[in-house]
Amino acid sequence: MSTASNPTPPLRKTALNATHRAHRAKMVDFGGWDMPVEYSGLIAEHIAVRTAVGLFDVSHMGDIQLRGPGSLAAVQRLCMNDASRLAVGQAQYSAMLTPDGTFVDDVLVHKLSDNDYLIVINAGTRDKDVAWVRKQIGAMPSIHISDYSDYYTQLAIQGPRAEATLAKLTDTDLSAIKNYWFTYGKVCGLYNVMIARTGYTGEDGFEIYIPSDEPTSSRVWGEVLNAGAEFGILPCGLGARNTLRLESAMALYGHEISDSINVFEANLARYAKLGKGFDFVGRAALAAIQAAGGPKRKLIGLEMIERGIGRDGYPVCTVTGERIGEITSGSPAPFLKKNIALAYVPMQYAALDELLAVEIRGQLVKAKVVATPFYKRAKKST
Amino acid sequence: MAYPADYRYTKEHEWISVAGATGIVGITDYAQSSLGDIVFVDLPKVGDTLEAGKVFGSVESVKAVSDLFSPVSGTVTAINEELKEKPEWINADANTTWMLKLDLTNPAELDTLLSAAQYEAFIAEETGH
Repeated sequence: MSTASNPTPPLRKTALNATHRAHRAKMVDFGGWDMPVEYSGLIAEHIAVRTAVGLFDVSHMGDIQLRGPGSLAAVQRLCMNDASRLAVGQAQYSAMLTPDGTFVDDVLVHKLSDNDYLIVINAGTRDKDVAWVRKQIGAMPSIHISDYSDYYTQLAIQGPRAEATLAKLTDTDLSAIKNYWFTYGKVCGLYNVMIARTGYTGEDGFEIYIPSDEPTSSRVWGEVLNAGAEFGILPCGLGARNTLRLESAMALYGHEISDSINVFEANLARYAKLGKGFDFVGRAALAAIQAAGGPKRKLIGLEMIERGIGRDGYPVCTVTGERIGEITSGSPAPFLKKNIALAYVPMQYAALDELLAVEIRGQLVKAKVVATPFYKRAKKST
Repeated sequence: MAYPADYRYTKEHEWISVAGATGIVGITDYAQSSLGDIVFVDLPKVGDTLEAGKVFGSVESVKAVSDLFSPVSGTVTAINEELKEKPEWINADANTTWMLKLDLTNPAELDTLLSAAQYEAFIAEETGH
């Protein structure tokens, strides 16, 4: 009966939703969230982050905190990287796996203190992730699992002038924060703001976590834009966030990683510490895949060498037209000014410089396998 | 941006400007704005025959691909070759950046297209404003 059908749930909004709309951002439904896809224009925003600084609202990301004696063991059980290597104030890229060695989600694990960890998760997988964490470690005594996702407005300030921008708003010595470390400081008059040198753009930058009430969120958003004005800061949408992470070949859940793609296929085995001395979920499957000689397909970088743009879902073929795989993310790369893509293909086609083709609306358009990341920022000169 | 009153429009967001039996075709300001930064335009060749309402090419922004639909039937007489190198001109001024010229086979087809006022009402309805 039509009356019994589930209504579409309303789009979720971040505390900055009214701010985005007031500033005429173009909004889209992103995984159930009403988010800005672009402000002044995707290419300009992308270039601002590569050459100056950009500001992103990433409050739709989720935050799960694990606290209490044994919380290290809980993180070690849940996540494939070795959290015992983290010092207080340090973060690491990791992932929660299914028993098959495929992805529940990729995450950033932050060690807040002994027995206190913050796991930052993706927006589209929030509810699933929280349920997964409770299922896996909910029975462990003395661990408090808290979903703080709605408590924080998370802002990403990204680009070579990110430090100079944020420095105007804090008394914290930002230069002392190393990549993938974090500290707490006063930002825009707010005490104890978590300031992390992390991001999803392939550029230097920071992510700050402020209270998610609307006046505070919009005030800080505005103050960051004012502080960055002299450097050419632009407010950025998720469109630029996607092209920036693609140039840097960072995985996106639902594209390069999912519950049907394993860690070896996704080229993320360097973050899976099978020998960390802790039996994490998915470990046995990864060991079995390794023992069987590794994966049968692999994530590769493609660069179009004929005119055409390979996009998400387009078939990847041999030059004679045999379909061998599929693009997971493909787009023009605004900074590199090339058309690039990430795709899964059988191992025998994954060698660098292999000539392949992408089927674009029935036409074979030539592409070649190239090294990833497509873009790597220059090391900081002193 | 205003929509020129002497153009005719499709519900797929193309415009056509007609002088005698020759038409000039482009996409509307609403279309370029919805697409965002345009990076690629795929157009037919001079001499190709287009059919009203059928796909004749595509336009791509960084994040999306959109088919182009011919407002009328006709034979292509010119292509704006500069768009190969400068597709962003469409973003800068969609009303005057043409894609192709064609000789109309059936000028009566123009009567099925939208006027500027009708097109504006149509996009207002489409965007829910």
